[in-house]
Amino acid sequence: MAKRSDYWIDRFGIGDAIAYAKKKSVPLHKHSFWYYWGGISLFCFLVQVVTGILLMVYYRPGPEAFESVRQITYSIHFGWLIRSVHNWSANLFLLSVFVHMFSVFFMKAYRGPREFGWLSGILLLMVGLIFGFSGYLLPMDDLAFFATKVGLEIPSAVPIIGPPIANLMRGGLEVSEFTVQRFFALHAVILPLLFLPILGLHLWLVQKHGNASPPSEEAKPEAERKSIPFFPNFLAKDLAMWLITLNVIALFAAVFPWQLGEAADPLRPAPLGIHPEWYFMSQFQTLKFMGKMFPGYAGEAIGMTLFTLGMVLWILIPFYDTRDKTALRAKRTTYFGLLVVGILLLTTIWGYLGVR
Amino acid sequence: MSESVHTQDLPMDPESEGFTRRGFVKYAIGGVGLAYACAIGYPIYRYLNSPVEESMAMAAVKEVTLPDADKLPKGSALVFKFGVKPALLIHHPDDSWTALTAVCTHMGCTVAYDPGKTKIVCHCHGGTYDPKTGENLSGPPPRPLKKFDVVMAAGSVTVKRI
Repeated sequence: MAKRSDYWIDRFGIGDAIAYAKKKSVPLHKHSFWYYWGGISLFCFLVQVVTGILLMVYYRPGPEAFESVRQITYSIHFGWLIRSVHNWSANLFLLSVFVHMFSVFFMKAYRGPREFGWLSGILLLMVGLIFGFSGYLLPMDDLAFFATKVGLEIPSAVPIIGPPIANLMRGGLEVSEFTVQRFFALHAVILPLLFLPILGLHLWLVQKHGNASPPSEEAKPEAERKSIPFFPNFLAKDLAMWLITLNVIALFAAVFPWQLGEAADPLRPAPLGIHPEWYFMSQFQTLKFMGKMFPGYAGEAIGMTLFTLGMVLWILIPFYDTRDKTALRAKRTTYFGLLVVGILLLTTIWGYLGVR
Repeated sequence: MSESVHTQDLPMDPESEGFTRRGFVKYAIGGVGLAYACAIGYPIYRYLNSPVEESMAMAAVKEVTLPDADKLPKGSALVFKFGVKPALLIHHPDDSWTALTAVCTHMGCTVAYDPGKTKIVCHCHGGTYDPKTGENLSGPPPRPLKKFDVVMAAGSVTVKRI
């Protein structure tokens, strides 16, 4: 039996990969749990690739979009399951990416030499959010229709260049079958082409620089710091996490199958209590609140400016809180992170209370 | 981890040779893995196979009723779908009727009725058939075209599988 496996190990140079993986180690400490969340995000992405390709077998963008999703949901065997897994896994993907990002933030894992791991991760999150936004329209039910209508109001609020950009994205002045067609191209071709090379870079950087230890660990003397080998120990734990993730997705997909609303009708009013998905809730609530505080376009403008400013600060944090700067900057950064988490959580909860 | 752990299996019970803890774990993992592969693979197979099942259900039809087909002029033919495949209804010049599958037995092209020569011809490779019996007359076709029963009624023609 050993001989048979030697054959493949030899032919594909698997031995070199294992030898490389054995050299790697992962720090072991009380915050090690957070190291799994990047892997969970990756697993969800893989689930999206597989279920996305399967959905493409029956999905027809354009005028037949709703009918084809109706067929997938109600007449194709297990179509409801594939679609439900795609939706739940998309949500879990964004959730685990958020957890991953905040754990990296609070462990200060963005510090040199890992600045570009942080930046590439932010890019992946942004592409991930556009994935979510574009995928949401594809079933072309009433919720999808209004979510896209409202979502595209945001770029069209930008003076002068905004409206033509929004029109280009919509393929007209109204959300229509042309919008579905181009959102499908965006969702299934353009975004994967953008996402994959950034993901490759992100994973390479993780290989290159290894997992960062939080400052509390770095402060300890070398002899007191523990680690486990990446192969096979950490990989086995990572795979166990993937298995748990798979089970969670399967459970949610089967117990709470994703619903399909009524076909979009541009002549019907928006349904009562319409609200965005949870990952856009904070922005939605902030814009709503700003709109009430400052009537007219001023509110929206102030809201968007605040959001953009916060985002820019967030992205640039590796260049502010560096290893060789004072402890004061490190502390300020942590407070900034807590403030961001607090605002996001509060506005999200507030948004859901307002919807009821 | 020392090498000896890798190479030496530790028997759970020294009496029972061949049944080791390592062996058990290996089979347990293999079994669970297989169960997962089936739990994922089966829905995907049924999902991809859905239209095949639908098409097979459609192909299983026993008869097709063609409204107004009784008005078909003498010496002409009508192509219709029997289940999922094309078929020919021919009204011969002598006022008799024939229904045949229109799928050439050679390579599966759809055949045509040639009223001038009163033959059925396949344009792909030049095969010919007898329009009354479906018998293969010339060219590459290995077998005759399958015949259907034709039942005439006022206002329609019903074609039945024999």
